[in-house]
Amino acid sequence: MTIDKGFRPAASPVEFRLDAASGVPTYLQLVHQVEHALRLGYLKPGDQLPKVRDVVASLAINPNTVLKAYRELETKGLTAGRPGQGTFIQATLNQVALPELTALRRSLLRWLTAADAAGLDEDGSVALFTSALRDFHERRVGSRDRGGAQSGETKDVA
Amino acid sequence: MNVLQASGLGKRYGGTWALRECSLTIPAGHVVALVGPNGAGKSTLLNLAVGLAAPSAGRVTVLGGWPAGSPAALDGIAFVAQDAPLYKNLSAADMLHLTRNLNRRFDQASAEARLVELGIPLKQKAGRLSGGQQTQLALTLALARRPRLLVLDEPMAMLDPLARHDFMATVMTAVADDGVSVLLSSHVIAELERVADYLILMSRGRVQVAGEIEGLLASHRILTGPAAEADKCSQRPVVHVRRALAQAHLLVRATAEDPVPPGWEAHPLGLEELALAYLREPGAAALPGPAHSRNAEPSEVTK
Repeated sequence: MTIDKGFRPAASPVEFRLDAASGVPTYLQLVHQVEHALRLGYLKPGDQLPKVRDVVASLAINPNTVLKAYRELETKGLTAGRPGQGTFIQATLNQVALPELTALRRSLLRWLTAADAAGLDEDGSVALFTSALRDFHERRVGSRDRGGAQSGETKDVA
Repeated sequence: MNVLQASGLGKRYGGTWALRECSLTIPAGHVVALVGPNGAGKSTLLNLAVGLAAPSAGRVTVLGGWPAGSPAALDGIAFVAQDAPLYKNLSAADMLHLTRNLNRRFDQASAEARLVELGIPLKQKAGRLSGGQQTQLALTLALARRPRLLVLDEPMAMLDPLARHDFMATVMTAVADDGVSVLLSSHVIAELERVADYLILMSRGRVQVAGEIEGLLASHRILTGPAAEADKCSQRPVVHVRRALAQAHLLVRATAEDPVPPGWEAHPLGLEELALAYLREPGAAALPGPAHSRNAEPSEVTK
């Protein structure tokens, strides 16, 4: 993108993208991408998020949309704004270290292979996983009395 | 501050009113999408706002009360007309020179830097540049005047997708850097969805909907339910009804907190769906009343 030439401070480890067809509001897409990057370890505490101006220049979106996303992340306690510098990661969602993540992914792949062998198609696997996840959450909420769960999103699992 | 205020504004060309009884207040700090079918009066409104046309009725002021077309108004507004007007035989450098000498304020350095960034050769004649480059040159000239209000009439009509993206990126960067307010017209709603935060919907020479997009979307819902009950369901103002034999979709003015009638489902809706519904119902309107008018504080933009 020629637009980006010239001003590219090697600031943030991540770069946003937008999916026009997803139907998810733009600011939420940015929020989700930061959460996703945190879970997968692309972002760590102390890392800087892309500057508002840079996001605006690369995605051609309204600056207020970016500000709204960053405010939301701050409200969730994930980031903190430093005046004159930008927005920085403060907390982490990634309680699991990368090697363990790899192992978990491998066991999930084994499960998917088994599901496939049993004749379950993709939608069936997703439905089964989602329903199991819901059971799991309900049981956990039942056993502990409501721990300080961050936000019970289930869709970022894949 | 209001970047634009119109009261009873009208423009007649011969026997036809291109714009009628237009009363409108646009607070500063927004990117305003002016949307409507061809012939709705969008360009007329823009031409009146920038002072290129004189009203046949009513009045319009800009930038906190200056009459449109007055020297103070002209200083603070930059306008890029539909066809990216440039002198085709002048080079890009000549266009910069000319614009600098015709205006009280002109940021030559930033304009030159911008053209270099875009890869537009300064010596190239404007007429020899690609469509996208011509539009970018016109935009660069407009922004170098450091306007407080940037007015763009169908700016992207002739651009390919990449040029559109780059054009909007330039405009949005100016919003982030300088807090410039933007008023842009288009009949393609989808291309405005990511950039605009304020909507003005026009049809047949009248303003039909005006307001912050977030607020408009939050105050409208689609109700889906049995067609037989569609008429009973109208304790809320209904904007538009789509009815089949068994099922009906009602676009109503209601928020997520409002109760949904038993047997009905409520869904949120998008900008395009909202705009299309209003355009199909020329009698319906969503305009801010005096009670709704917000504090006109400019929304903060970076820094």
